[in-house]
Amino acid sequence: MPKPSVLDPQGAATAEAIKHLGYEQIGRVRVGKSIEIELPGEADEAKLHEVARDLLSNPVIEDYTLEVLK
Amino acid sequence: MKFAVVRFPGSNCDQDCFHALKEFPGATSEYVWHKDSSLAGFDAVIVPGGFSYGDYLRCGAIARFSPIMKSVKEFAANGGLVIGICNGFQILCESGLLPGALVRNRGLHFICEHVHLRVEQTDTAFTNAAQPGSVLHVPIAHGEGCYFADDATIAKLNAEKRILARYSDADGQVTDRANPNGSRENIAGICNEGRNVFGLMPHPERACDPLLGSIDGRVIFQSILNWSTSPARQAA
Repeated sequence: MPKPSVLDPQGAATAEAIKHLGYEQIGRVRVGKSIEIELPGEADEAKLHEVARDLLSNPVIEDYTLEVLK
Repeated sequence: MKFAVVRFPGSNCDQDCFHALKEFPGATSEYVWHKDSSLAGFDAVIVPGGFSYGDYLRCGAIARFSPIMKSVKEFAANGGLVIGICNGFQILCESGLLPGALVRNRGLHFICEHVHLRVEQTDTAFTNAAQPGSVLHVPIAHGEGCYFADDATIAKLNAEKRILARYSDADGQVTDRANPNGSRENIAGICNEGRNVFGLMPHPERACDPLLGSIDGRVIFQSILNWSTSPARQAA
């Protein structure tokens, strides 16, 4: 997700579109991305954090959360 | 002086750079494929614009892992001159050679137009041919050109005089109206601490031929040539 301090014009535009649909009671909208990685074996979470930090996200502008689903 | 023009899959300003450099006496250039790993014999490196790897994930995020980038980092660490233009600037930021990041333009649209740039520093390898405070008329062509860095980084860039160009109006006034993409402090181009790596979103190589409406971009390439051939620099 973009850090709160980073301008997110996509989020702002999406918020406007949601209001156009008649849903006025919404707050700030942020647009990020979700990346699914399939693992044939056990998840090496330390390695996955490294991948998330060094490639999948850019720490200058984005925060990430890692979730391992069974 | 021999320039390396790095080509990634999706680079599309490599030929523009190559063509622009032909007009400068003393400059030769050669393409370097992203899978190459040597920059031996080159005096400067250009990381050109385009859409390396289709801008997948984030602009410049994948290109950073190309074999040639390891050599570009070494080249820069040894004091070699590196200039990244547009996507090249994004790649240099993703690589950690320059601080900050380029995010989506505040207006969301891809912008392709001529803008004005005020040259902020003229004692650098990339801007020494410009007059202090001069205004260049050059094109931009990007969707993700909004420069972002945290407050501490911006303060450091200012204190160290590393912001080399800002978006301005034709008179050199740096205003929000003259900011095409929402960049912090109208930043269009910055250099690293060593002042040998420069990244900018505008395209000086597209403003070197009178047929293209402006030759203001020449000043950037002329500066690089001046710098590398200056006897004082050679001695230092």
